[in-house]
Amino acid sequence: MPIRLLAAAAPVALLLSGPAAAAPDPTNWEAVLDEARGQTVYWYAWAGEQRTNDYIDWVAGRVEAQFDIALTHVKVGDTAEAVSRVLAEKQAGNHDDGNVDLIWINGENFATMKANDLLFGPFAGSLPNFALTHPEHNPEVVTDFTLPTEGYESPWGRAQITFYYDSHELRGDSDEVAAPPQDIPALLEWAEANPGRFTYPRIPDFTGSTFLKQALIELTDEEQALYAPVEESDFAAVTAPLWDYLDALHPHLWRSGRLFPATGPEMRSLMGSGELALAFTFTPSEPAAAVADFELPESTRSYVPKGGTLGNVHFVAIPFNSPHKAGAMVVADFLLSPEAQAHKQDLAVWGDHTVLDVARLDDETRALFALDESNPAMLPPDALQQTLPEPHPSWMTALQDAWQARYIGN
Amino acid sequence: MNATHRLELRDICIQLGDQVLVELDAEIGPGEVLTVMGPSGSGKSTLLAYLAGFLAPEFRASGQVLLDGHDIGGLPAERRGIGLLFQDPLLFPHLSVCGNLRFGMPGASADKAARVEQALATIGLAGFGDRDPATLSGGQKARVALMRLLLSAPCAVLLDEPFSKLDTHLRHEMRRLVFDRLREAGLPSLLVTHDAEDAEDAGGRVIELSH
Amino acid sequence: MMLRLAPVLLVALLVVPILAGLGMALLPAFGYLPALGGDSLSLAPWRALFAEPGIWRSATISLASGLLATAISLAVVLLYLAAATGSRLDRWIRRLISPLLSIPHAAAAFGLAFLIAPSGLVARLASPGLTGWERPPDLLIVQDPWGLSLIAGLVIKEIPFLLLMSLAALPQLDPERRVAMARSLGYRPALAWWKVVAPSLYPLIRLPVYAVVAYASSVVDVAMILGPTLPPTLAVSILGWFSDPDLDKRFLASAGAILQLGVTATALAIWWGLERVASRLMSLWIERGGRRRGEVGLHVAGKLWILLATAIAFVGIAGLAIHSVAGFWRFPDALPGSFTAAHWARVLPSLAGPVASTALIALCATLLAMVLALAALENEQRRGRHPSRALWLLYLPLIVPQIAFLFGLAVVMEQLGTRPTHALVAFGHLLFVLPYVFLSLSEAYRRFDPRWSQLALTLGASCNGTFWRVRLPMLLAPILTALAVGLAVSIGQYLPTQLLGGGRVTTVTTEAVSLAAGGNRRVIGVWALVQAVLPLVGFILAVGLPRLLWSRRRGMQGAP
Repeated sequence: MPIRLLAAAAPVALLLSGPAAAAPDPTNWEAVLDEARGQTVYWYAWAGEQRTNDYIDWVAGRVEAQFDIALTHVKVGDTAEAVSRVLAEKQAGNHDDGNVDLIWINGENFATMKANDLLFGPFAGSLPNFALTHPEHNPEVVTDFTLPTEGYESPWGRAQITFYYDSHELRGDSDEVAAPPQDIPALLEWAEANPGRFTYPRIPDFTGSTFLKQALIELTDEEQALYAPVEESDFAAVTAPLWDYLDALHPHLWRSGRLFPATGPEMRSLMGSGELALAFTFTPSEPAAAVADFELPESTRSYVPKGGTLGNVHFVAIPFNSPHKAGAMVVADFLLSPEAQAHKQDLAVWGDHTVLDVARLDDETRALFALDESNPAMLPPDALQQTLPEPHPSWMTALQDAWQARYIGN
Repeated sequence: MNATHRLELRDICIQLGDQVLVELDAEIGPGEVLTVMGPSGSGKSTLLAYLAGFLAPEFRASGQVLLDGHDIGGLPAERRGIGLLFQDPLLFPHLSVCGNLRFGMPGASADKAARVEQALATIGLAGFGDRDPATLSGGQKARVALMRLLLSAPCAVLLDEPFSKLDTHLRHEMRRLVFDRLREAGLPSLLVTHDAEDAEDAGGRVIELSH
Repeated sequence: MMLRLAPVLLVALLVVPILAGLGMALLPAFGYLPALGGDSLSLAPWRALFAEPGIWRSATISLASGLLATAISLAVVLLYLAAATGSRLDRWIRRLISPLLSIPHAAAAFGLAFLIAPSGLVARLASPGLTGWERPPDLLIVQDPWGLSLIAGLVIKEIPFLLLMSLAALPQLDPERRVAMARSLGYRPALAWWKVVAPSLYPLIRLPVYAVVAYASSVVDVAMILGPTLPPTLAVSILGWFSDPDLDKRFLASAGAILQLGVTATALAIWWGLERVASRLMSLWIERGGRRRGEVGLHVAGKLWILLATAIAFVGIAGLAIHSVAGFWRFPDALPGSFTAAHWARVLPSLAGPVASTALIALCATLLAMVLALAALENEQRRGRHPSRALWLLYLPLIVPQIAFLFGLAVVMEQLGTRPTHALVAFGHLLFVLPYVFLSLSEAYRRFDPRWSQLALTLGASCNGTFWRVRLPMLLAPILTALAVGLAVSIGQYLPTQLLGGGRVTTVTTEAVSLAAGGNRRVIGVWALVQAVLPLVGFILAVGLPRLLWSRRRGMQGAP
């Protein structure tokens, strides 16, 4: 080891050995399966949620058994770490022996990787199970924050902002449960009436950033501007109502807006310990699942405000320099299988909504996706129909920077 | 154990800086005990360290140490053939009595166990081989230490006030045992002490160090 | 021959990676990093750094928490030593030091957070009876903007470290006789200790104190759990910039790393200044000759604070344990409404991998560190030399902030084409394990009665024979303790594992910290408990093994 270190003093030559393996052809699926056999796939996936990690463990067991693929979950605290690693590898000239084989991704991370040519593809259209998503009827599985995915990422699950509250807490003096706020202005009134009982995750957390976008969509007069790159509009003018709103909201938040939970799950744990009375998540079934896990009280109820909330699809993508592209594609395809999608949607497992077009599945397969409506913390089945599309990814970054400049260090 | 050895100390002079600590010229025949006396700080311990091969680098020494005619001054401690008996018995606490006795026995002789058993018997500790040295009395420990020294088959012995920590009644008994044994083994010995009785019991020549 | 190289090897192994890592931080800090298109030197990264929102506040909090945490820990330790030496409390605390020291920083931080949060154990125990709280009060306690909870978390972990270092140094001072002498002149005992022992003790523990200043001003994992967030401490901000997908932020992050180096250096300089002032004040106080005034206060403070800190650490761990088996736990119930093994059942299947990695890395790093430390110490003994001054460099990895050179080191490794492996991580751990192993072993080794080896040599054993047959077995207890310390240090490492392992090498510590983002107290409870128990296993072995091996050797029961 010390000898290697000393060598660092000399001009460094990158000795990345091995012949460049030809990328597998996604259209020849039999060949992909053959090549995938025996490969080790390193999947960089956000690991802040035990349920997700457990599900990925289950996937690892299944692909090992079915396809002889060793899947390793590389746990990252922020998807950006994985993006940054691939980018650094490209800069260092590592074009065919990267560390990352598969990334759980969407939004601005996808935009960054695509803009920098860091992705392998198109491959998603060739995955046998992809057809089950019926993209012709469900454009959201091929659109990521307004950007067409063009086959560079494969859909995995669905998210939509869902609010949840403790009906026990909202009851107050009467037996009647007070109605929770149904839009962003009402949320401010609710926070004023219930100081310290609501908050949102600290920016740049993605759940927190999504809350900003939700608020912006409802508050701004120039909603259309959000669906084009931020450079094309007057950022200050479009977002002015948002900052006025947040300035008014923060004093009534948990810890008077001087401290924010780091993530959505941390916000959930604050609900669990009774510090908050109202919160939101990006995984609609999360509250119900958390009740089953003893994290939230049984009096938890979920709802989607009347005007609808932001929703999106999350994906998996394969970096351009992955040495195990075939294995990664097989894993991506397995993730789309009815078996994997149904298991994922199971409340006892993760509770993440499927991206398959359930209505167009055959009866037997459709039965796998029956929702457990007996859980009172679960959303009513029709609640998710009002989905607002995600703004252009550039807005996310711009909002994050502006938020940090405004609220850090005061 | 009855071989005869001779230790010659020729013009020994040990200095610390410019200060002369010890000057000595003597010859010790087989079974003889030479007693070096002096108050503390007179360089007795330095002399022993020098002879045994542990002299700290800050001291300078000149002269010759001849053991059976060979100059051993340049040899490392373990190859000098000089045994040491300290103030304390210093039985290795992690070894049994038997383990202590075997520690210094040279080579892989087949009759080690028998010799150890016999040695224990001669010092009145038959059957003590498996004992934890910490459970022995002061006198027993001292005897084991002596026997360990003899079993390591040294060619000469240095004694560093070996009786000073014993009770008065034990002291006399131990002196006799030690000196008898050394004489019997024909070993030239050098005793350093500040106790005149030691010198008397040793029965050999006495050299006084000043300072 | 090999032995002579040991000290050189030891120092090189520690110094070369640190210098290489610092170099690789310094160049990008001034805009030079050809791999990312930075071809010329510029001040742009610094301008970007100082334009970051809240940067000065970050730096100030890092500086202040470093100084305050050290000052408080040191004060508690000295007060305790003055007041409690020889008492029943003393024997009790001494027995608890090792387990306390073995609790990884992250686990202790979680324990504290679960304890003092508005919905934590303390508030639950006091509610609603004492406080009238039916729901958690909206108080900003954990992650407060002033870094007070961060400081508290650091103090809890630094007290056992400074205490251990003091206890190792004290015997050379013969404190009992000094105190007895002063008492015969009419001084009350605790005052006597402060006036005749403390001034001689401080110089002996100065380096460990500096290590605490450096650590506390640049810590990452504890600051992520307990530190402020808007903005976070400098070290946490730097970590964020380094992992930003916008690679240009790496220049900014490198400048931040150099700023962190400056902040830590400033903290050390201020501490050095405080030392001067304190020593002036001390001598004035000593010369004034007061013999009685303040004794009671000193006495009470000495026992109270250490008890409080120890209790917080252990109750915190107990809190983790309760959370790990808790069903739903409504505020203000003092105990969960139900208990369940579900959290453990859920984590257990995924525990094996990280635990195996943790153990493998810790064992490799610690055993290697032990071989090097023994070789250097044995060399010192055989050559009859006094400890080389260069060995002070051992403290380098403890004084240079991890975040300042580890990223550079990771870049060097990346450039060399080294892939993240367990071996690379173990090497990274070695940098931090080696100093601790060496420091915990050296006292015992150097104090070992030289007559034992002289005796062995005169009995004809060779130098090597003496080492294997006498020194090693007789020093077994301190060697095992040093191994346990090494294992504990390795198990607690977060940043080196994360950076050199590229995220691929997961240990219980990286798992615990990454799950912390999820905020699920039950899962955190499980992982933090696992993280705290692993090093404890090492300490139990270190205490138990010699007792078992030497059960029939009374002379080996105490320290040699």
